[in-house]
Amino acid sequence: MAIVTLTINGEQLSATDDETLLQIARQNNIELPTLCHLDGLSDVGACRLCLVEVEGSNKLAPACTTRPMEGMVVRTDSERLKKYRRMIVALLASEGNHQCSVCMVNNHCELQNLAYDVGLLYVRVPYLYPDKKIDASHESFIIDRNRCVLCTRCVRVCHEVEGAHVWDIAGRGIDCEIIADLNQPWGSSESCTSCGKCVLVCPTGALVKKGESVAEMEKHTEFLKYIVTARRKGEWISFEHSEE
Amino acid sequence: MMKPRVATVWLGGCSGCHMSFLDLDERLIDLADKIELVYSPIADIKEYPRDVDVVLVEGAIANVEHEEFAHIIRRNSRFVVSFGDCAVTGNVTAMRNGLDPDDVLHRAYVELADLTPRIPRDYPTIAELLKQARPLHEYIRVDAFIHGCPPTADQIWSAVSELLQGKTPALSHVFLRYG
Ligand code: SF4
Ligand code: SF4
Ligand code: SF4
Ligand code: FES
Repeated sequence: MAIVTLTINGEQLSATDDETLLQIARQNNIELPTLCHLDGLSDVGACRLCLVEVEGSNKLAPACTTRPMEGMVVRTDSERLKKYRRMIVALLASEGNHQCSVCMVNNHCELQNLAYDVGLLYVRVPYLYPDKKIDASHESFIIDRNRCVLCTRCVRVCHEVEGAHVWDIAGRGIDCEIIADLNQPWGSSESCTSCGKCVLVCPTGALVKKGESVAEMEKHTEFLKYIVTARRKGEWISFEHSEE
Repeated sequence: MMKPRVATVWLGGCSGCHMSFLDLDERLIDLADKIELVYSPIADIKEYPRDVDVVLVEGAIANVEHEEFAHIIRRNSRFVVSFGDCAVTGNVTAMRNGLDPDDVLHRAYVELADLTPRIPRDYPTIAELLKQARPLHEYIRVDAFIHGCPPTADQIWSAVSELLQGKTPALSHVFLRYG
């Protein structure tokens, strides 16, 4: 671990080289939208919402999986980035079926909040209105793939925290979907312990509890930090947590 | 000074956005003084007039009549507003989009009918469903958006007040809300 100095949005900051740009930004109250990132889970750079500009590189870098380097010059707030973020949220909205008014997580949804943050007035690209599978075979939970944004939080929490590894992604490109075990009904999965962690960390209404009604379900991701604290005695605790 | 000529239109929606409009309550009296209502499902006017200043359009484009009407609205109006989530995203009206329209009609008018099961296609006055219900802006240029299912009366009031002052409704976090 070494100390490095870098610049984010013109501000000189110091950090350790084992942190991510996202952690450094957040410690310094620089806001960045995220979707696939969740404190307590590994980072996979799947959603691209946290993209930042790094001087000297012609590629945009996801802040959640990029480490700082000495002298790095980073921008998080350019018009280009704002445009791309709005485009990403628009694409996510257009690729699923989102009828917020009849959704269990209406008003408690990270995709909705992102739409507000990026100022998504309407979706310019044509909506795909896909016909994706809903699986209500589990005794306690439902997965509605029409609302899934493929963030893989469910995959990671089930593998990394619960240790069951029920979920995976099947397919390629637009056909990607979340599957249980060997692509079978969730209710028939022998590896699922019914712990409910995937349901709580899912940012949208794709994973919900049975018996909840429209707008009733609030997600709780805070539990992760307690579990993580207990398992790894501090190693996984991100700075936001230890500051609290 | 001429009062702004305002219209409201009800396409493929549940009329909830119009109900919410009526929830303006006593503000409606204020509004009635300031505008001339030239077309609306709550007024008995048969044809969409020319020279409309502001029109609020509720609902998705769900059948052939909506599609034709959308183009008339655009031609005859200066400022077109997508009014509510069905107009903006397709929303609940678009939940049938993954299904065949014939299956949808059969489900609604035959399987679930209590009396005289019959598909409304047999009546020439009822417009044919389009294959999918889609947002207004996919058919015509839209100038402003009022979100929500339905939008709240306060949202409508704020947007309409600004429109009447000739401004495009400002986007504020409070008023950008889906659902
Ligand atoms: S998941 Fe979120 S964005 Fe999608 S319908 Fe539900 S509340 Fe709306
Ligand atoms: S309920 Fe628990 S074990 Fe089952 S899939 Fe979700 S996280 Fe995995
Ligand atoms: S089901 Fe939820 S948590 Fe899993 S990938 Fe889809 S949106 Fe993410
Ligand atoms: S939060 Fe960084 S890519 Fe999703």
